[in-house]
Amino acid sequence: MSTGTTKLDVVVSDVVPVNELVTRFHFRRRDGELLPTFSGGAHVVVEMRDGDRTRLNPYSLMGSPLDTREYTISVRRDDVGRGGSLFMHRQVKPGLEMVISYPVNLFSLDLRAKKHLMLAGGIGITPFMAQTSQLAGAGGNFELHYTCRTASLGTYADVLQQRYGNRVKLYHDDREERIDLDRLLSSQPLGTHLYVCGPAGMINWVRDRAAALGWPPETVHFEHFAAPQPGAPFDVTLAVSGKTIRVDEQQSLLEAMEAAGVDPPYLCRGGVCGQCETNVISSDGKFIHNDHWLSEEDHRSGCKIMPCVSRFEGKSLVLER
Amino acid sequence: MAAKTIISRPIYGILSPQPGKHHLFIADAEGALAITDMGGKAPPGFFDGAEIVFIPGPEGKHIAALEALKPAQLHIAPSFASLLPRLRQTLTNAHMGLRLYLAGTEGLIGQAMQVALEAGIDHTSMQTEHRGSLARRMQCVHCKGITENVTTQPALCSHCGLLLLVRDHYSRRLAAFQGVCINAEDRSEIPPMEEAFP
Repeated sequence: MSTGTTKLDVVVSDVVPVNELVTRFHFRRRDGELLPTFSGGAHVVVEMRDGDRTRLNPYSLMGSPLDTREYTISVRRDDVGRGGSLFMHRQVKPGLEMVISYPVNLFSLDLRAKKHLMLAGGIGITPFMAQTSQLAGAGGNFELHYTCRTASLGTYADVLQQRYGNRVKLYHDDREERIDLDRLLSSQPLGTHLYVCGPAGMINWVRDRAAALGWPPETVHFEHFAAPQPGAPFDVTLAVSGKTIRVDEQQSLLEAMEAAGVDPPYLCRGGVCGQCETNVISSDGKFIHNDHWLSEEDHRSGCKIMPCVSRFEGKSLVLER
Repeated sequence: MAAKTIISRPIYGILSPQPGKHHLFIADAEGALAITDMGGKAPPGFFDGAEIVFIPGPEGKHIAALEALKPAQLHIAPSFASLLPRLRQTLTNAHMGLRLYLAGTEGLIGQAMQVALEAGIDHTSMQTEHRGSLARRMQCVHCKGITENVTTQPALCSHCGLLLLVRDHYSRRLAAFQGVCINAEDRSEIPPMEEAFP
């Protein structure tokens, strides 16, 4: 078993369609006990057993951390992805027994902040559902700016506005509503921390503007689970285990290692936590780095790879696994 | 330059211009030279958005060098205590984008940092540079009294009179090094007092 990935036996207690793309899933423990405590921003890795294939996808917990009778996640259907979200939407029904990981938080609130400024894009709203519940329960000072494509795709926008009134500001792409980001960032009181979750382009934009406007890196928090991208199949030699494996088009390198009985550590499976960082012993070809963990220097050096999201194209790759 | 001995012992860097909308400098005595040295590396117009608060100390030097940087504001203060209300006011009204630069003695850096921490700035987000005296601000762990400008090892607590070993153990919350009784077993044992922090 991998580091920090103790498993929980759960049963699906409810499945609720939220809008045309998003469905919410509720999990309870099979033994009826309370689930482990978590903090806003935490995620769980859901095991999806689909025939002889097992997918492991991370999803942010969106319920209140004050209620551990059940965990809830919201899954946006991705018709062109690797099939995890389609499995959840099509196969998962109330009563199904599933296995999820203990919660892990790589996007936690810094509770020393005087104020929490949250920017969400699309399905990136889910960790903020839990964080706002946590802060509201403790009288915390927060403001949420939420960008969605259309009002009908503004998942939970109605719930959030009902709960928090004008602390929630909505921006609809189809109405040409845009965050005045520089003005927003420049008008925040000293001691504010910034949290951003959404598409990669949004995260990069917000991080760049925050850095340019003098927000120290310690005050800028972001989470983007990079779903493993499909790509051309490639062969890898695992020097420690003495195996040579093939990574299929729809498989991640991490998944291929697991399928071969090699069990590297992991936590997020989305290129952010650093657990599965692997040393490259030798390579002849090109790395396709998709992670947010390694430095640019590491990426250039070709000495390390994050097998959860990154791929390789070329003649040979030997890893220290 | 202070050497790292134990984990709480602060280490200081060299001031460098940060991206930001406002720049607040707090310095004493030779700390002014850290600011003027940095001035040579700063982009044009950098000091147009800068405020410098300076405690010249008894020698009264370096004021002209700071004036030459043409900061938006230059405030000369006789002591840290005298600038404290102004500093608190500035930080209370400040927005994200304000960057803080602290230069000079450890006592000045530590006390300014203490106020800035309360205002919500992380200590790793501040630029610091040590210049001048190594004198320490010390808390007696027995009576909790603070003694300023400690230069000797051991040192006398100016409150309770105990003879204290000045440790490298530092508290950011108190902005002080910890002083622990050096002869608790036998008070008649008086180790020689040396000038350790000139």
